[in-house]
Amino acid sequence: MSANAKEVLLGPIFNNNPIGLQILGICSALAVTTKMSVALVMCLALTFVLTLSNVFISLIRNQIPSSIRIIVQMTIIASLVIVVDQILGAVAYDISKQLSVFVGLIITNCIVMGRAEAFAMQNPPGLSFIDGLGNSLGYSVCLMVVATIRELFGSGSLFSIEILPLVTNGGWYSPMGLMLLPPSAFFIIGLLIWALRAWKPEQVEEPEYEIGGHTALSKV
Amino acid sequence: MSEPIKKEKNKDSMKNIIVVSLAVCFVCSIVVSSAAVFLKPQRLANKDLDRNRNILEAAGLYDKASGQQVNIAEQFEKFEIRLVDLQEKRVLSDLEASDLGIDPASYDQRKAAKDPEISKELETAEDIASISRRARYSTIYLLKDDSGDIEKVVLPLHGYGLWSILYGFIAVKGDMNTVSGITFYEHGETAGLGGEVDNPAWKGLWPGKSLYKGDEVGLRVIKGNANPANSNFDYQIDGLSGATLTSKGVENMVVYWMGDEGFGPILDDLRS
Repeated sequence: MSANAKEVLLGPIFNNNPIGLQILGICSALAVTTKMSVALVMCLALTFVLTLSNVFISLIRNQIPSSIRIIVQMTIIASLVIVVDQILGAVAYDISKQLSVFVGLIITNCIVMGRAEAFAMQNPPGLSFIDGLGNSLGYSVCLMVVATIRELFGSGSLFSIEILPLVTNGGWYSPMGLMLLPPSAFFIIGLLIWALRAWKPEQVEEPEYEIGGHTALSKV
Repeated sequence: MSEPIKKEKNKDSMKNIIVVSLAVCFVCSIVVSSAAVFLKPQRLANKDLDRNRNILEAAGLYDKASGQQVNIAEQFEKFEIRLVDLQEKRVLSDLEASDLGIDPASYDQRKAAKDPEISKELETAEDIASISRRARYSTIYLLKDDSGDIEKVVLPLHGYGLWSILYGFIAVKGDMNTVSGITFYEHGETAGLGGEVDNPAWKGLWPGKSLYKGDEVGLRVIKGNANPANSNFDYQIDGLSGATLTSKGVENMVVYWMGDEGFGPILDDLRS
């Protein structure tokens, strides 16, 4: 049981990373990773929603009729997201302003729905809690790595503390504008997935089909 | 999973579906509404505080970067808040404002712009700042020195950039021509490009610039860097690189709000 729990907690970080392997939750990874502080708050918000939604859904999993299970899951997730949004507006106003719509969009974050449907519906609350935590960690690790790269090269700072003095502030570093735009997160995530699969080749999927041999006429 | 089949069947019965969905909705709605009700005062207070902080920042009474602790509420007391009538182009007295049933301190110009009674639709030609409707009343914040002369006046601005409407404040010195500062407290421009309107270095270019050239608003946000040798240097702000449309939007809103349709006549009034 405890070995199982450990696997459930730590597995999603590298072996079964929600962004790296399951390719879930990419949309928010593109949007909120320009600054580390914003990305961190996003990770905390997602952790809160994902763990609690897993617990609540798991608690009532034996009561949820299968015909309306997705709607029930959505209701629970959406309520938690609204609560998070309200809390952020009350305690971290500046950051909630920067996150703007993306907190609301946690509702549609595929990781939350995915874990509810794939794990919480079949497992007891304790284990579901750990699964939520593990997947949030996997998401957070990925998001923070992307945010570190983007903030360092895009704004020359980490957590808004200047690391590379910018030309505009009298330093030498000319920031890469591309790093601040969503496509750069695509490139970085792509490279991360590549690195992860080079390190753990078992994550590479079988090709769905092989390109056939060359059938054109060969030299006569 | 290992439950008896009989229970499985029960779970999907019409009765159970209704009971579960009602129970879930009930619990969720209580959680959501109590969170909303309990946190609302704090949220509104934060919003006001943020706006007031921006007014102070525009007037140069608060500097976020310096990290000094400033009591925003206390500093804000220094301002005299006045209601202005943009249609009749004059500052209203407190008495007139209360006759209208408007409290300048809590007046919401954004809400008023949606009310056909106290706003007007702008024609394409006059709608320089792309805001489509303009409220008839607006609030201005006067900062007076010890002898009662106006030291600075802070005016609200808004207008369309590239993706969103930018909301901010501009502070003008007592001569009603020299800019003392500018801030934006709400916008949805691209972080790092148009979002650089929040950059203290860029905002630092504004103080000391002149608004009016003759009768017209002469201030422009130009492409590239303003050259100090240029005779127009006092009327030029460096554009934000990579954010031509946001820069243009900022220029447009200054031209509109400082112009004849905006606060231009009011500033003339205050000057004399």
